[in-house]
Amino acid sequence: MSLLRFCDWLANTQWSIALHESRWEYSIVESVHVLTLCLFLGMAVMLDLRLLGLTMRRAAVSEVVKQLLPWTLAGFVLMVISGSLLFYAIPVRTYQSIFFRAKVLMLISAGLNVWLFHSTTYRKVSEWERDPVPPKRARMAAGLSLALWAGIVIAGRMIAYNWFDCDRQPQPAIVNWAAGCVTDSR
Amino acid sequence: MSLLAFFKLCEHSAMGEAIRDSRWLFPVIECFHLLGLAVIGGAVLVVDLRLAGVGFRSQPVAQLARDAQRWLIGSLMVMVASGTLLFTSEAIKCYYHAAFWVKMTCLFLAIVFTFTVHRKVAMADENQVRPLWNRLVALISVMLWAGVGIGGRWIGFS
Repeated sequence: MSLLRFCDWLANTQWSIALHESRWEYSIVESVHVLTLCLFLGMAVMLDLRLLGLTMRRAAVSEVVKQLLPWTLAGFVLMVISGSLLFYAIPVRTYQSIFFRAKVLMLISAGLNVWLFHSTTYRKVSEWERDPVPPKRARMAAGLSLALWAGIVIAGRMIAYNWFDCDRQPQPAIVNWAAGCVTDSR
Repeated sequence: MSLLAFFKLCEHSAMGEAIRDSRWLFPVIECFHLLGLAVIGGAVLVVDLRLAGVGFRSQPVAQLARDAQRWLIGSLMVMVASGTLLFTSEAIKCYYHAAFWVKMTCLFLAIVFTFTVHRKVAMADENQVRPLWNRLVALISVMLWAGVGIGGRWIGFS
């Protein structure tokens, strides 16, 4: 089954329709998703700023990581649950949104960035964790992380706009390709 | 001039008109508002979680509060600037929307509280302040800022 068919099936399940048509539930899930930015991204930003040497310079990096991690994880879980519900309420349109697709690509990149940082530079954290300004490789990982998360927030906000939706034709060929629209030129 | 007249003036200002007439301006400004939200959330939560005694215990409160302060003030400035622009594009809607007034009340109280009581407690010698008092201050701070955020989100629902 293709992903599009899967989304189509998802859209016709009872709870998806109920959530989509609900008066309050959808708004509440969306609000939770947006306000959890404070917890999840707020903590992630603080860690990145420490890695850039821009805040908490006197605290050891491993200490800051240890203290921020449980809160960041809690925020991430809330984000994934509320985000999945938002997708579940409007599966087909979201799947075919170029902003959603850009967001997913950036999320994967952000995850790879974390994994790469932890399996290389962070392994030797004890050698540099007391430095007020960490080494260049740590600063680059933090800068990339901040840029990717900013992109993820922006792309996420833009999903709400229907400028490039498949049902608004004609669109440039590249938009239809990126969104995976099924157009008349089949 | 009445308050409503002032709001009408904002709505019909060149800035308000420009944002309304543009397809891109409102969402672009809103993205700055959202990115500011993440930073201000981090700056507030780091200090309040420490004050509440549920994290960051290895750092003294005063040092953490000083470290977070420039990010709090910086993000607050981004929030107020982007928020003012968003407001001018729909000032009259805001005037008649309860969520807007809830948000502004919380914002006023949050700013006053943060730079008076909260600041004094966070910067004080830790042995001089009772833990319970710290927790209460952290709780009030988080609740006031949450009120600003929830009120703000609710302005979008009409």
